[in-house]
Amino acid sequence: MNDEPARLRVAILQTKPSKGDYEKNLRQVSEAFAQLGDDAPDLVVLPEAALTGYFLEGAGYNLALSAPKFSRDLADAWRTSVQRPVDLVAGFYENDAGTYYNSAVYLHVEPDEERILHLHRKLFLPTYGVFDEERFLSRGHHLGVFATRFGAMALTICEDAWHAIVPTIAAIKGARVLVVPSASPGRGIEHPGELESIAQWRDVLRQAAIEHGIFVIYAGLTGFEGGKGMTGSSCVVDPRGTVLVQAPPAESCIVRADLDLREIDLARASLPLLGDLHSVLPDLLLDEELPIRRREHDADGR
Amino acid sequence: MLTVVESALRETEPPAIDAAVAAQWLIAFLRDELLERRGIERAVLGLSGGVDSAVTAFLCARALGPANVYAIRMPYKTSHPSSLSDAQSVVDALKIHCVTIEITAAVDGYLGLEPDADARRRGNVMARMRMLVLFDQSAKLGALPIGTGNKTERLLGYFTWHADDTPPVNPIGDLFKSQVWELARHLRVPQSLIEKAPSADLQANQTDEADLGITYARADAILAKLLLGYSDRQMIERGFSASDVALVRGRVDATHWKRHLPTTAMLTNTAINEFYLRPVDF
Repeated sequence: MNDEPARLRVAILQTKPSKGDYEKNLRQVSEAFAQLGDDAPDLVVLPEAALTGYFLEGAGYNLALSAPKFSRDLADAWRTSVQRPVDLVAGFYENDAGTYYNSAVYLHVEPDEERILHLHRKLFLPTYGVFDEERFLSRGHHLGVFATRFGAMALTICEDAWHAIVPTIAAIKGARVLVVPSASPGRGIEHPGELESIAQWRDVLRQAAIEHGIFVIYAGLTGFEGGKGMTGSSCVVDPRGTVLVQAPPAESCIVRADLDLREIDLARASLPLLGDLHSVLPDLLLDEELPIRRREHDADGR
Repeated sequence: MLTVVESALRETEPPAIDAAVAAQWLIAFLRDELLERRGIERAVLGLSGGVDSAVTAFLCARALGPANVYAIRMPYKTSHPSSLSDAQSVVDALKIHCVTIEITAAVDGYLGLEPDADARRRGNVMARMRMLVLFDQSAKLGALPIGTGNKTERLLGYFTWHADDTPPVNPIGDLFKSQVWELARHLRVPQSLIEKAPSADLQANQTDEADLGITYARADAILAKLLLGYSDRQMIERGFSASDVALVRGRVDATHWKRHLPTTAMLTNTAINEFYLRPVDF
């Protein structure tokens, strides 16, 4: 047994930002934080590009911020409204000394300081069809798993989570909770009952949760951007794949869930796929037929 | 004998939709675009008596409330009388505002100087006159013009450039004509508008399908495959006729320019929409 809390009270802030109006959006987020009030959660998750809108094209260069500056703004927005410590996750466009990323930060906020526990830079930049990220942004190169007071977690942004190997690596590196800030333009009206892209997202998130016995927290941006409607549908999936709560697609809202983290171990006892993977993964990844460039010393067998 | 379960290549229907899902999404779109982004409560649209503008009027009435929707009927002297009465049935069903502004005098004022203008030119003048009226009414009413062009006519280039395609917001432009009909049934658009043969009504006895040389159902089924990248051979293997496939692809390929803004010569590395890139809602 470890000393980590057994419960994690999560709130997802499904934002609907005014395009490019960072200050106004920050004020609205602060007001939403105030609404959480005395019953403040342990962790609040905001979507990808939560305070600017997703489709920025060249304006992204004007709106991108350093990770410390964005973190301070977000932490101040919390402290203005709530006087308790909290962990915050939010996606933003990052300017790292002239190199630009689609990033998400995990912060621990205290009354007098905030600490960045992890900065994730989006690995998979969609650049097809309606998407044009790699025209404007550089991609991240690392999937980190980091310690929080609730156990190890990982961040993935939007398309990152669609590549099954990404949640797999996060889980194998120890993540017990996967947090997914996202901005998904809705499409597909042939699917009965909801947009096809919403159903596909739920399939992706549930599969990751079931296969690895992890909680998945998905924060979806909402609102229309130039005719492209972001699908919101923020949700929390438990380690058995049950969708505990899901927001509507087209409106700003707060989603709350009370997670019993002990369910992770119980789910893994019922379906020990992650344990199985631990033993088989080396065989799969060391397969010489895989199109992976080995470092020279590996090739030499040293 | 074992049961055989198989799949075969076959001609496909136009893609079906969940009309309730589409309607809900489009209503949210209209609210976001008008109320939240632009702060405009009113919409104005040309109501032709056809199914496209009827569906658009229904969506606007749901999104903004009927008191905020202004329909303009713009008949020319050769317009079919049923166009006016079908438009009226939409107004009656929704209880939206409606005015009738006859464009005959304005159109004939110009065409009187061009007596040799053929039917195509005359039709384009009528379409552009309707655009002019719509935008002036927009300024008068403080209402945003709403577009009513569907995806099929946009892809086939079956519209007048800088006329039907000018309104800044269009809820149905990503729906094929067959999908607009499905949406119309869901929204309970008057049956006569759903059943009548679609027509631009720019000439007597004109119908879209006669003009195009193909039914909407067939065109939409081919377009759906074409947009996904299917080759002519792949479509013919599925049972579509080579002539229909060639007709549809030919029209799409010949009209890409109609789906773009004017071509501007680039001279600098700050050329608008080439280097200087900002989304429409920035």
